[in-house]
Amino acid sequence: MDETQSFWQFVSQQSDKLWSQTWAHIGLTMISLILAIIIAVPIGILIARKQKLSGIILGIAGVLQTIPSIALLGVMIPFLGIGPKPAILALFLYALLPILRNTYTGITEVNPAVVDAAKGMGMNKWQILTKVELPLAFPVLMAGIRTATVINVGVATLAAYIAAGGLGEFIFGGIALNNSNMILAGAIPAALLAILLDFLLSLLQKINLKSIRVAWLILPFTFITMSSFYLLPTQIGGKMLAGFTPEFMGRQDGYLGLKSVYGLGIETVVISDAVMYKAAFEHKLDVISGYSTDGRLKAYDLVTLRDDRHIFPPYYAAPIVRNDVLKKYPELEGVLNQLSGSINDSVMTDLNFKVDQLKQSPEKVAKDFMMDKNLYKPARNGTKGTIRIGSKIFGEQYILVQMYKILILGNTDLAVSTKTGLGGTKICFDALTNNQIDFYPEYTGTGFLVLLKPDIITINQLNGNRDQVYHYVSQAFDQKFNLKWLKPIGFNNSYALMMRREQAQSLSIESITDLTKHLNQK
Amino acid sequence: MIKAENLVKQFGSSRAVSNISFQVKEGENLILLGTSGCGKTTTLRMINRLIEPDSGSIFLNGVDIRTQQPEILRRGIGYVLQNHGLFPHYTVAENIAIVPRLLKWDTETIRKRADELFDKLKLDAALKDKYPTALSGGQQQRVGLARSLMVNPPVLLMDEPFGALDNLTRINIRKEFRMLDELVKKTIIMVTHDVQEAFEMGDRICLMDKGEIQQIGTPEELLFHPANDFVSDFLNEQRLQLEFKSVLLKEVLPEVEEDLSVWDKMEALLQNKNSQSDEVTLDQLMGAFSRFKKQNNG
Ligand SMILES: Nc1ncnc2c1ncn2[C@@H]1O[C@H](COP(=O)(O)OP(=O)(O)OP(=O)(O)O)[C@@H](O)[C@H]1O
Ligand SMILES: [Mg+2]
Repeated sequence: MDETQSFWQFVSQQSDKLWSQTWAHIGLTMISLILAIIIAVPIGILIARKQKLSGIILGIAGVLQTIPSIALLGVMIPFLGIGPKPAILALFLYALLPILRNTYTGITEVNPAVVDAAKGMGMNKWQILTKVELPLAFPVLMAGIRTATVINVGVATLAAYIAAGGLGEFIFGGIALNNSNMILAGAIPAALLAILLDFLLSLLQKINLKSIRVAWLILPFTFITMSSFYLLPTQIGGKMLAGFTPEFMGRQDGYLGLKSVYGLGIETVVISDAVMYKAAFEHKLDVISGYSTDGRLKAYDLVTLRDDRHIFPPYYAAPIVRNDVLKKYPELEGVLNQLSGSINDSVMTDLNFKVDQLKQSPEKVAKDFMMDKNLYKPARNGTKGTIRIGSKIFGEQYILVQMYKILILGNTDLAVSTKTGLGGTKICFDALTNNQIDFYPEYTGTGFLVLLKPDIITINQLNGNRDQVYHYVSQAFDQKFNLKWLKPIGFNNSYALMMRREQAQSLSIESITDLTKHLNQK
Repeated sequence: MIKAENLVKQFGSSRAVSNISFQVKEGENLILLGTSGCGKTTTLRMINRLIEPDSGSIFLNGVDIRTQQPEILRRGIGYVLQNHGLFPHYTVAENIAIVPRLLKWDTETIRKRADELFDKLKLDAALKDKYPTALSGGQQQRVGLARSLMVNPPVLLMDEPFGALDNLTRINIRKEFRMLDELVKKTIIMVTHDVQEAFEMGDRICLMDKGEIQQIGTPEELLFHPANDFVSDFLNEQRLQLEFKSVLLKEVLPEVEEDLSVWDKMEALLQNKNSQSDEVTLDQLMGAFSRFKKQNNG
């Protein structure tokens, strides 16, 4: 009951944002879809005529379809930047295959005797196409367009990763912030949108094409396209553009704090962590919300701005383990704590750099490091039981997982299975509490703000103090979730605002206060 | 009316049609007859340029068909296919209006002409708003024919028009078609592999094998003066029946006026067995026929 109410509360509170995201979502879907139709239908017709081409063209479209969306978006940033343009291109590419394939199938499946009769009666090629082939292929073609639409509504949520807006902002923000209402506020409209568009198209599928002039179809088409552009988020050229992750946007120790504590007024777009650093490097963004130990900091020559008013709480990494696991295998705690104190910020940045930029495998980086620190012991291949280690979906966590794996295998008789890439905080945490994994590395700040959600008084009391925060989360996790925070590893992977080094230097910006001042100058 | 000269058509390495020439006079019915794959369809489709010959030429009323735009040429030539080729997404009325619409006829003229043909082809007017799938095979074939006759083209090309029908329907429809005044005046080239059909419908028959013409002539010429062994072998199995069909009553019994074949008369006699009023009996007819055969073979 409580849940339902607060969901509606959330929706009514955020209704402006919800509408603008929904419109942007529709805009992205429709433009890409219409572009795909304009391109794929003629090509589909062409390959139905020249069968030799069909294999290669359908093959290319098929390969495009299999490229992971985020990868595709990332590849396009250098050319198209961030925002609606690359998102539309990616969605367009995904929509190509179903439309292409169904146009091709629809046309080739038209009874050749009918086409022959049409020719024999003296219809010219255009008449045969528009009066015979297309009308007969229309239901199949429409089925392809419907498939593409549903795919596009789904993939368009990822547009939020590259500052193109859409309902993904709520969905990914909600996942990152462990806020179910926010997830649902994005997911439900997206699902409804898919159902609605599919339904409307199913009506269109039934119309009798022979009685309709082609012009009548083109007209609403152009209308929808034009109005779709209107729905997209517009980027006004401000002094500087900031790209923040959906998570950062919604956090008190993120954008909200920047606004309230520093009074920072900067134009923002929502963007994924995966493409953010590169976008900054490519001058598409000026300020980003990064992590202080991220390897890309080094790779893209970015600098962090000093948090002179302490809004970013400490994010010391430490494994959190279920108490029942520690009870069952008492030797585990000491073994995991061996890593404590051995990695500071710059060491972690360097390790991350090796994985993210030099493309070394996390296994290798972890092993090299452990050898170096004399923490490596060969595996004992024990069979006492299996420890399942989870991780969130980024390099630093992969490295830590591998280090723990080495420690457990070398120092205990336990076996290890790893479940890496468990999305965001919420997914990892739920996996832990639901006994899907036994422990994973978490950050004190995340545990404090995202998982415990303390009131503002508690937050102000602790005021970013490393030991106090650790103490607070240790106690609260033990009581609330029956989980134990082991000793912090050492480094502090906290949020930080980052800029390109040369820009920061030329503007003499070193701290967030400097940035605020610069932006407030006229 | 139609003149084909030295037509050659090759598909890849196989020769579908080699060196075919023939002439069809106005109002004449020419049948292209032969076993499957002998090149009948290929020959027929060269006439409305659905297939372009590798060499050779075709003249329609003395004009080389290559001088005309194919679409324009085809609108003036009726074309009936084995599987009727009706548009499944058009109603019957819309189907038969296709060519008239291409020729920009007005709706009223189209409607009148459609009614006229429906009447002649004994098609129920209620079928007009139905889609082809709702029609029986025989009805579909009639609609297909109606469609090709709508603009009253002087030339009609038919590719196994009765091929998809069962035997009985086929024989009945064939009979009706022969009686149809719309068809009587037309120059028709029709493809079939059914010998009986060829002998019933054809003024002249062009018997083909392996892309070549074996003999071209009237049914009687093929029967009584075969050009080679292939022709006589081809006809042998059904020779007697074919002879009845191709010989006219007045050839065996000069005193009779009726314009019928011996076969038609036999059928008529057998049907009215009991009527005494007939001027000839079955026995007399048979006797006269065997005398006629002896004369011709001797
Ligand atoms: N489009 C084509 N491509 C390749 N070969 C063809 C093509 N059309 C016809 N042929 C070949 O040419 C030959 C003659 O074909 P055609 O269709 O004219 O025969 P047909 O006498 O009409 O036979 P049927 O009675 O079976 O319809 C056949 O061997 C056939 O395989
Ligand atoms: Mg044929």
